[in-house]
This record gives sequence, structure tokens and C-alpha cells, in this order.
Amino acid sequence: MSRAAVIPIEPLAAGHGKSAAFEYLTTKKDELAGWARKFSLFPYPFVTACCAMEFMAVSSTPYDTDRFGAALPRFSPRQSDLLMVVGTVTHKQAPILLKVYEQMCEPKWVMAFGVCATSGGFYQNYAALAGIDRIIPVDVYIPGCPPRPETVIDGIMQLQDRIARQKHAILTKDF
Amino acid sequence: MAAIFDTIAAELPALGADGGVEHGLLVVQLPPDGLLTLVRRLKLEWRFDMLLDVTAIDWPQRQPRFDVVWHLYSTRHRVRVRIRTRVAEDEPVVDTLTPLYGSAAFAERECHEMYGIRFRGNADLRPILLYEGFVGYPLRKDYPKQGEQPLVAYREGFDLAERDERAERG
Repeated sequence: MSRAAVIPIEPLAAGHGKSAAFEYLTTKKDELAGWARKFSLFPYPFVTACCAMEFMAVSSTPYDTDRFGAALPRFSPRQSDLLMVVGTVTHKQAPILLKVYEQMCEPKWVMAFGVCATSGGFYQNYAALAGIDRIIPVDVYIPGCPPRPETVIDGIMQLQDRIARQKHAILTKDF
Repeated sequence: MAAIFDTIAAELPALGADGGVEHGLLVVQLPPDGLLTLVRRLKLEWRFDMLLDVTAIDWPQRQPRFDVVWHLYSTRHRVRVRIRTRVAEDEPVVDTLTPLYGSAAFAERECHEMYGIRFRGNADLRPILLYEGFVGYPLRKDYPKQGEQPLVAYREGFDLAERDERAERG
């Protein structure tokens, strides 16, 4: 809420047709959309390696990502807005990852789950891609080999903070 | 040790091969041209009915440079045989085992892409783990450790040459 205080509110131009209440709402539009979107993440698990076990642990009852609104994995990139890259991505796999990312509709976010997706981890060789951020933009990196469920939850919360602070284009690029 | 090993070992000198028992399996060293004769007898006569793996070893300082290694298993005798042969770098060719063991086809494809060993008679040596267009043989000792050959163009800021320059400047 403290952020609202620093957003400069332009005085209404003479002859402006909109009410002051509407103008106030438009300044809060990003906050409202961010609040709605951050609790309604539809993850697409792009699962390639052993981190998948940790993904299963964190998404099932003991840790339960449903508490953060990120419960229901969609197995089509077109129905999801959070791409979770879980595990090592090889150079042979990279075109597939890029295609999955491109198929997702805006708004979309990417999570690098574990060190392999983050930086290639201990793989420095002909086969492994040294971090998925070389081919697609990443919003949140989760360290660990594999990450503890608590680390993943922290990552989800950081992503939620990021979504809440983002500008959310709804009608046009500028609004 | 298994009686079958004694039977095989007695026949080896006639095939131009040496053999001995190491780590509980019979290790046979032979020249490449004796391979098919030996493996055919191992399969048909001594019932080594299962091909476990085909791989190679790179000895960069040695002439000839490569060892090609096969492992066979007998489900009747429950023992393994390892066959090693040496091939040179300028002509790394051995005979295929696909007429005897169907499972050799995939293993030979992998050995071909990783070490550059060619298998005479195997018509399908396309890459199996690597991709079309990969240059070089990654499991040879002289392949650079970080010899990346990406299929997707990197995003801005991840140009490899640029990164190396930055690293040099410190």
C-alpha cells in the first residue's frame, strides 16, 4: 500500500469526462490485476530430470503449493502461465523448451527450478545447456540440487511479489 | 572359475587371440579381423546369447589409439566375456555385430557418435543421443570440455565469444 503513495496522480484536465473515482481506480488497476494473478498461477512443469521428485513433493499434501494458488499443473503450455523448468536441459532439448515457451500466452512467467536449469549446475560439457536463461527470460531462480521444498515455496513467494509489483497490460500495451 | 572359460581359452590361440580371467570375467584381446569368427562361435557354440554393450576407450598417446570393447553375457552359464580390439585413428573401423545381435544396432550408433568408430555393415549410423549437425566426437579425450554446439541462438548477453573476452579482461 505504501507504493500507492509514491505514484503521482495527475490533476484532472479541464473538461475531462471521467470521474475522479474512475481515475483513482485506474491507478490501482495494476495492483488489482497483480493481486488476482499472483494467487492464480497455472504451472506447466517442464520436467526433465531428478528435480521432478522434489517437484512432486512440494506440490503434494505435505508442502502443498495450493496454499499459494499454484496447485493445478496444466499439461498444455497454452493453458498455463508459469513455466517451471525442472531439471537439466540439454542442447538437444533446448529447441523444445523454446517452442513450449513461445506457445504460452501472455502473461507468462518462468521459474528455473534447481541448479541445472539455473546455470547448468555441475554439468559443463558438450551436452548440457548452461542455464535456461541463455534461451528464454527467467523470472525467478531456485537454487539447490535438488532444492528443498521450503526453497521452492520461497521461490513461489518471490515470484508472487514480482507479479504483484508488475505492470499488467489488460486492454492495450499501455493499459 | 566357470568351466566354460577353460573351454573358450583353449580355443583362443587358434583364433589369434589372447585371453585371461580378470575380475570374474573372461577378457579376450584380439585383432579386429578375428572378431566375427570369435563372436559367432561365442554365440552359437558357447551360448553367449546377450550383447550387453559396445563402447570404446580413447588412449590419445597410444598407437593404435582406440580400444573397442564388447561385453557378452550367457544366460545359460551366467558368466560374462569382454572382447577388446585395437583400431587406429586414421581408420577406426570394425565389423558390425548386428547380424548376430539386434541390440548391437543402437549401441554401435552411440559408439559411433561418441568416439567416431565406424562399424562396417551397420547401415544406420545416424546420431542417437546427439543431434544432426554435431561436429566432432565428444567422448574423445581431445574434445574440449566446454565444446558447446547450441541448436538455439543464445539471447543477448550470452554470446560465447563475448563472454570469453570479458573473462580475459577480468
